[in-house]
Amino acid sequence: MTTLQTVFEKARAENRSALVGYLPAGFPSKDGAVAAATAMVEAGCDVIEIGLPYSDPLMDGPTIQDAVHRSLVNGTRISDVMRTVEGVAASGAATLVMTYWNPVDRYGAERFARDLASAGGAGTITPDLTPEESEPWLAASKEAGIDTVFLVAPSSPDERISRVASCCTGFVYAASLMGVTGARESVGSAAEGLVKRTRSHTSLPICVGLGVGNGRQAAEVAAYADGVIVGSAFIRRLLDAPDEKTGLAEVRELAQELARGVRR
Amino acid sequence: MTDSVHRQERTTGAGGVLITPADLAGGGVRGDDPDIRGKFGVFGGRYVPEALIPALDEVAAEYEKAKTDLDFIREFDHLLRTYAGRPTTITEVPRFAEQAGGARMLLKREDLTHTGAHKINNVLGQALLTKRLGKTRVIAETGAGQHGVATATAAALMGLECVIYMGAVDCERQALNVARMKLLGATVVPVTNGSQTLKDAINEAFRDWVTNVDRTHYLFGTVAGPHPFPEIVRDFARVIGVEARRQVLELTGRLPDAVAAAVGGGSNAIGIFHAFLDDEDVQLHGYEAGGRGAENGEHALTLTKGSIGVLHGSRTYVLQDEEGQTIESHSISAGLDYPGVGPEHAWLKDSGRAVYHGVTDAEAMEAFSLLARTEGIIPAIESSHALAGALKLGRELGPEATILVNLSGRGDKDMGTAMKYFNL
Repeated sequence: MTTLQTVFEKARAENRSALVGYLPAGFPSKDGAVAAATAMVEAGCDVIEIGLPYSDPLMDGPTIQDAVHRSLVNGTRISDVMRTVEGVAASGAATLVMTYWNPVDRYGAERFARDLASAGGAGTITPDLTPEESEPWLAASKEAGIDTVFLVAPSSPDERISRVASCCTGFVYAASLMGVTGARESVGSAAEGLVKRTRSHTSLPICVGLGVGNGRQAAEVAAYADGVIVGSAFIRRLLDAPDEKTGLAEVRELAQELARGVRR
Repeated sequence: MTDSVHRQERTTGAGGVLITPADLAGGGVRGDDPDIRGKFGVFGGRYVPEALIPALDEVAAEYEKAKTDLDFIREFDHLLRTYAGRPTTITEVPRFAEQAGGARMLLKREDLTHTGAHKINNVLGQALLTKRLGKTRVIAETGAGQHGVATATAAALMGLECVIYMGAVDCERQALNVARMKLLGATVVPVTNGSQTLKDAINEAFRDWVTNVDRTHYLFGTVAGPHPFPEIVRDFARVIGVEARRQVLELTGRLPDAVAAAVGGGSNAIGIFHAFLDDEDVQLHGYEAGGRGAENGEHALTLTKGSIGVLHGSRTYVLQDEEGQTIESHSISAGLDYPGVGPEHAWLKDSGRAVYHGVTDAEAMEAFSLLARTEGIIPAIESSHALAGALKLGRELGPEATILVNLSGRGDKDMGTAMKYFNL
């Protein structure tokens, strides 16, 4: 299993930021997700977040909602998420699961952490789990030896940043703007300030997500962050493609563009 | 709250103040207030994006100040009296009660408030809070449209911009309320994702809030959601039970044997239950929407058939499958069509202080029609669930019993459904 620590050490040695790509499990199909993520890794993604499709994704914009809905209609289950992680981890990327808390809570925190670790998963990102409620998950993840990534936002005061960062291992996820997921014309100007503030509370790498969709934006963010996270832009390529094969080629091309961006 | 504030307001309040700080927040002496993390036992809390934590902290801090601020309470009280039409009366319904084994049946007439449902209480309180927060825009979710109408009303009254999220299915079921909201100057956004009902409207409102939080207050409509909403909404709805308790004592010389209320998210039920929590001899009965029946899965029996999970920022009972995916609820009543429930109800259920039951669409519609024919009152279909429950309860408790029912809203909005159902 490739760990987040290995990824960021390698990126630092190469004097660049890491590239993190997101895709929900089961989208565009169960095997299609593994194929797309593998293409993303081959084209330069260092980390893959596999989204666990959830019925009420209240932090996601229309693009991810659409993909997740299709995945659920396809009948994606947690066992499929684990199989996807296994397939993607085989490509050599550090593989995370991004999930809302309820599916993990229902599955059982210890069981989820254990199963994710056995599938070769490196950790999780939990966008609606706050430090106050994170204790069971931190304990289960530590026991299973996987990383826990939480989010800070431009609205977070320093004491919250400090508290969130103290729950993180692997990296800290800085949300670039106040809003939901989705590619935007420009990355929020608040992102750089947030990364700066977060640095004073942690020595962990800091990755920026929300709103990044092309190579230019990736380069812009890479100038101040340790990692650049891209999700909706990949999904958009797959949604707009007439078939999976074309979608895969589009995804590969975008990953190449982003990979060049983080190396600029 | 200090005792001196409590006593001072009690004294000055005797001259006609409707609510006191004690009435608003339960006197600050109750052991059941949520703790610092917003927990009722294991329920409640905050499961939301970190981006919203500062806004929730801000709302909580402002409310803590407001609830002991006599100016705030006087302003709220003034609006309840002169705008909402409080206190609402209690109506005894003997002809209806004949069908309930002769038990004495008293209705708390929230249907007589301005806008026609109990929702106005919470909305006026939170609109005042919005002004204190210095925000100029309110957003809200709505199921039946009652909370949306109430929010649009308060926004018009106080000059706030207002956007209402409503499931597309509900927009169709409650077209009249959509027109009312528009007339009141609100923007109504039909939500077309997921089940296109209340839960999806809440998701969409949260998305708006996280995007526009700097100038927007999420005027949450029920006692669910992340802390501090369950506490704030309860406190603003609490006046229902405070009044009713006094009125029943005055009218009958004693407390009721049971209090009955419909439960969707749970705000009208908490509103009438809360003032009775310490009266251990008073039974508290909540009635959830049984829809087409518990057997076929088309229902909104969150407390009676659901399991513990997290939905919309709160740990509570949820309708979910074995992998934590929310199961879509069903009810003939849009206002009860919700797969979650307020965390305080979850806590009241587990502690045994309140008991929750299901009432089917058919039973509710029978009670709806019965109240209209026997008493000349057309209730909301939501409230008809409580009426149907009270009919059963009366037969169980016998003719000596007195039952207080929260008639949470009126049925004008439901005439389309009634026309179809009864072939009128």
